[in-house]
Amino acid sequence: MSGHEHDDYDSAPGDELRMEGDVASGFRSYVLGLGLATLLTVISFALPTTGLVWAPAVPIALVVFAIAQMGVHLVFFLHITTSPDNTNNVLALAFGVLIVFLVIGGSIWIMSHLAHNTMPMDEMMRMQR
Amino acid sequence: MTAADITRGRPTGPDPYRVGHSSHGHSRAPGHGEGGPAPKRIVVAYGFWIFLLSDIVMFSAFFAAYAVLQGATAGGPTGAELFDLRITAIETACLLASSFTCGLASLSVEARKPLWFYAAMALTFVFGAAFILLEIREFIELVDKGAGPTRSAFLSAFFTLVGCHGLHVGAGLLWLLTMMAQIFAKGFRPDIVRRFMCFSLFWHALDIIWVALFTVVYLLGAGA
Repeated sequence: MSGHEHDDYDSAPGDELRMEGDVASGFRSYVLGLGLATLLTVISFALPTTGLVWAPAVPIALVVFAIAQMGVHLVFFLHITTSPDNTNNVLALAFGVLIVFLVIGGSIWIMSHLAHNTMPMDEMMRMQR
Repeated sequence: MTAADITRGRPTGPDPYRVGHSSHGHSRAPGHGEGGPAPKRIVVAYGFWIFLLSDIVMFSAFFAAYAVLQGATAGGPTGAELFDLRITAIETACLLASSFTCGLASLSVEARKPLWFYAAMALTFVFGAAFILLEIREFIELVDKGAGPTRSAFLSAFFTLVGCHGLHVGAGLLWLLTMMAQIFAKGFRPDIVRRFMCFSLFWHALDIIWVALFTVVYLLGAGA
């Protein structure tokens, strides 16, 4: 077993930069995360029913709240921060997010154009008859 | 920087391998040349972080398939007709609570408190199992209604995406039990603590995927 498991320059993902054994501040971080995540979840579920948001804007608002909640989870549960010791973790995350956006955004973009340019199936059936 | 400096190997300008680290003084950072290899805890957790990101990329493919096939109901039921948002809300609460108790388990590992650890892990298991049972019940109801994965492309994509997340949670529950057994049998050894750290990363990541899932599949699906 390696003797030292921490160093001052890098943090493992999930590790929080605070005094070793300072459990109370770690606990506060998780409680704060739970509170914020609960708040965002409740807003997301209530949004379509309350009518507080202009109806056509609801999907965009839901996506915004989901991304906000993912941010809360990353910061308070996975302890990903912008400090120098987290550079490697953030860069890996940024690359992952890039690929996710390419795959999802690219698929939706291409497939909507394909659907637009393709003849509807029933029409094609009628022509073959 | 002169040619003589380069040949002598003297560090002169800003070193690209030290971006993000303190610019003054000599670097003693492990994993940055002179400091020796990085501690095993950081290597293990970083490797697992890369795995989690690749897992998220895999999920993004299923999300893309679902988004594309959402309207392809083949005359069958749509999401708005099928989804019961009350069940989804309870599932969300269960998974969020289990993520929180998993965080408490991390703190008890850090504080080396076995009893708190077992209690937090047991709570995590209960919430996770409740989530899985609700999801299985929902799947059985859908299949009974004739809305199984074979009904339409939309339902195939739905069962693949949600079922894949459910499989991850199921695997996580098994991993949770083995972590409790390992801590019980071997104590807070550094290698066991590293394994637990990977488990907690996994569990928190599953909750992040669920946030995307309940928004895209259930909330947007029920509204559309």
